[in-house]
Amino acid sequence: MSGAVDTRPVDQPASFEFTPENLAKAKAAIAKYPAGRQQSAVLALLDLAQRQHNNWLPRAAMDYVAGLLEIAPIRVYEVATFYTMFHLRPVGKHLLQVCTTTPCWLRGSDEVVKACEKKLGIGMNETTGDGKFTLIEVECLGACVNAPVIQVNDDFYEDLDGPSTEALLDALAQGRKPPIGSVKHRQGSAPEGGQTTLKDVTFAKGAT
Amino acid sequence: MPKLTIDGREVEVPANTTVLQAAQQLGIEIPHFCYHQRLAIAGNCRMCLVEQEKAPKPIASCAQPVSDGMVVHTQSERAKKARHGVMEFLLINHPLDCPICDQGGECDLQDQAMAYGFDRSRYKEAKRAVKEKDFGPLVATAMTRCIHCTRCVRFLTDVAGVSELGMVNRGEDSEITTYVGMALGSELSANIIDLCPVGALTSKPYEFIARPWELRKTESVDVLDAVGSNIRIDSRGGAVLRVLPRLHEDINEEWISDKTRFALDGLKRNRLDRPYVRRNGKLHEVEWREAFAVIAERAAQVPGSRIAAIAGDLADCESMLALKELMKALGSANFDCRQDGAYADPRVRASYIFNTGIAGIEQADRCLLIGTNPKVEAPIINARLRKRWLAGGFKVGYVGPALDLTYPAQQIDMAGAAAFLKDAKAPMVIVGTSALRRKDGAAILAASRALVEPREGWNGFNVLQLAASRVGGLDLGFVPGQGGRDTAAILAGCEKGEIDILYLLDADEIDTTKLGKTFVIYQGHHGDSGARRADVILPGAAYTEKDATYVNTEGRVQLGRRAVFPPGDAREDWAIVRALSEALGKTLPYNNLRDVRAGLIAANPLFAHIDERVPAPWSAFGAAGSIDPAPFVYPVADFYRTDAISRASPTMAACAGAVAAKAIPARKSA
Repeated sequence: MSGAVDTRPVDQPASFEFTPENLAKAKAAIAKYPAGRQQSAVLALLDLAQRQHNNWLPRAAMDYVAGLLEIAPIRVYEVATFYTMFHLRPVGKHLLQVCTTTPCWLRGSDEVVKACEKKLGIGMNETTGDGKFTLIEVECLGACVNAPVIQVNDDFYEDLDGPSTEALLDALAQGRKPPIGSVKHRQGSAPEGGQTTLKDVTFAKGAT
Repeated sequence: MPKLTIDGREVEVPANTTVLQAAQQLGIEIPHFCYHQRLAIAGNCRMCLVEQEKAPKPIASCAQPVSDGMVVHTQSERAKKARHGVMEFLLINHPLDCPICDQGGECDLQDQAMAYGFDRSRYKEAKRAVKEKDFGPLVATAMTRCIHCTRCVRFLTDVAGVSELGMVNRGEDSEITTYVGMALGSELSANIIDLCPVGALTSKPYEFIARPWELRKTESVDVLDAVGSNIRIDSRGGAVLRVLPRLHEDINEEWISDKTRFALDGLKRNRLDRPYVRRNGKLHEVEWREAFAVIAERAAQVPGSRIAAIAGDLADCESMLALKELMKALGSANFDCRQDGAYADPRVRASYIFNTGIAGIEQADRCLLIGTNPKVEAPIINARLRKRWLAGGFKVGYVGPALDLTYPAQQIDMAGAAAFLKDAKAPMVIVGTSALRRKDGAAILAASRALVEPREGWNGFNVLQLAASRVGGLDLGFVPGQGGRDTAAILAGCEKGEIDILYLLDADEIDTTKLGKTFVIYQGHHGDSGARRADVILPGAAYTEKDATYVNTEGRVQLGRRAVFPPGDAREDWAIVRALSEALGKTLPYNNLRDVRAGLIAANPLFAHIDERVPAPWSAFGAAGSIDPAPFVYPVADFYRTDAISRASPTMAACAGAVAAKAIPARKSA
């Protein structure tokens, strides 16, 4: 159903400008494209802007990017509103993106969602009062082998269940950053409890 | 050229044709919404799906280029099913509010749903609703009806050159919007009303006024600038309800400016519908006969040399001819159709017309604008310049204060003009009236002429006129005769008391405070500045109310047609002059419109060439002289209010207000 777009008003900053480092990165991104095709760099620049601005894109930033690329602001708005990874309103320091697509759901993403809601006292698409956490629901993050999964900003935490999700949130709230990947300490997506095959490597002995 | 078969009929078309265009050539109709022949191809409505043999899926015919040996079926079971499916999806979120929708009766979706859709809906769920948008005083929005064809986005971006509309969000949340909620800032913005295939964008001033089948349609031409855009006047009863563009490939294609479209509510306001005579400083309503008697009494005491006439910007050729003949009969040589005093050489037609032609712009490779801002002086010509620029290999320069055009243009000065146009294969200059109104107008004209000496098959010298009457007036010789006064001299004469009677034909843009004690006769349709100063008012007809001839800036003779009758006692203008001539005892030999038209052809054979652009012979014009280095002052400060009609229009006033309120920083066009 329609209504996924949040239209509540947002406090917009009056201006936005890249830091010198980001400006250099932006120029490098623009330089990747032939002259006159600089607008191709719009995604890269928006991403830089979002990272610089507490993980969300104010209008001033979009206008600034449009100015840098010499394109009409509406062309930037179109791109920024199309891609769900650009946030057009403030988000918490830790953006919790809980995957609830079928594989994660079958593996217990409902528990993960419940744990988040209980621990943080917020519902979906809400931000905690201290501005630390924002909870959103997303579609497949492509980590089905280690389902269920939460993406916290750029990092994946996998193999979650209720208690481990609460532990993760505690750690984040205390300012720690737990090791990313499987919380059950699997290596990549190798089986739980260690290897089950390829234990016998004798066949290789003769080969060496 | 590739050969393909559509519905069993073979057709050979140029290589870059699309399947839909090839089908149109065969007269086979393929339904479509997003495709428009003058806009970029989007291919997003999917209504034009057809079956192509050996293709795994139906193809979007509007975006599919033809290839040799293609076999296409537009009426196969598969094609029909595909169209049915697309139509069903389009209607899922489209409200069933046709009875209260202004597009009803001329709606592509309505028509195509009848022809290609199901007869019932299977959709039971809630429909989506989209928040209203504010696109300014001209375009009414009902965005819930939008089917996201993006015609409006493509028009504003490509043709109008203002990237203000876009489609934001994705999927079901997609919306056409300015995002920041501002009024559209283009002189051509209202064309998106015509382009919208559904009722999402409709005309705000015409909202809930009439249904299309109630309207009487009259094909005419516009007179609010000198482009002569072809229009269709829709009227009901005695009222003009709307103006729409009419296709003319060589002039306006199928666009018109917002002023052309929406100044019409000025036709109902501030109208002169009865003759008036001033007595003791106050205007009194009188009968025609009495008004003529007052004039005759006055004229009898005055020699011809102390009578003068000025024709304004909206005057038609018939009335100018009649007035000129009347002035000559009265023994006066003091008449001028250049109320702004712009220099023109009436003997050399090439010196005052747009020789290249509007369509000819597409053959030019470099263009220099001298003292003109086509964006507000002639938005249609500006759109053509932008079209040429988009095609590539076109450079534009301008002489004058900084301009914000819809294409990149380089500011240069007169000294650099020759260097700018050097090496161009088809250079053109466009001289604006701001240059010709100055004292050094003749020198500028001569200097501009020298920049583009015509070559075989190419004349790049152009004057962009502002007034619909100007070229016609000059063609008719409505300019001072032997020893006669021009506009400036007439006004000076009035001030000094050397002119006793001044006849203003639709002339409102003169300084009426300078008229001194002159007895002023004003013939026109609006109570504007000319009428306020007048001693006798003769109520005339506006351009929608008379069969009249106009010559556009290209020198193209066009016929305007009467859509409604003039209000009250007002009459067609040539007939008023003819009736007055009788009262003055100098009866003109015009008993009907045919006589006047014959008179036009006798005065200048060019008037026999309706809707033709007759090349003007090239010869010397202008005068050598020094050019004042002072900057030009563009003549149109307020695009929306340039003449008596648009000044009387509340819609145009609202537009001017919206522009003033907008005050966004100038930005680059995309």
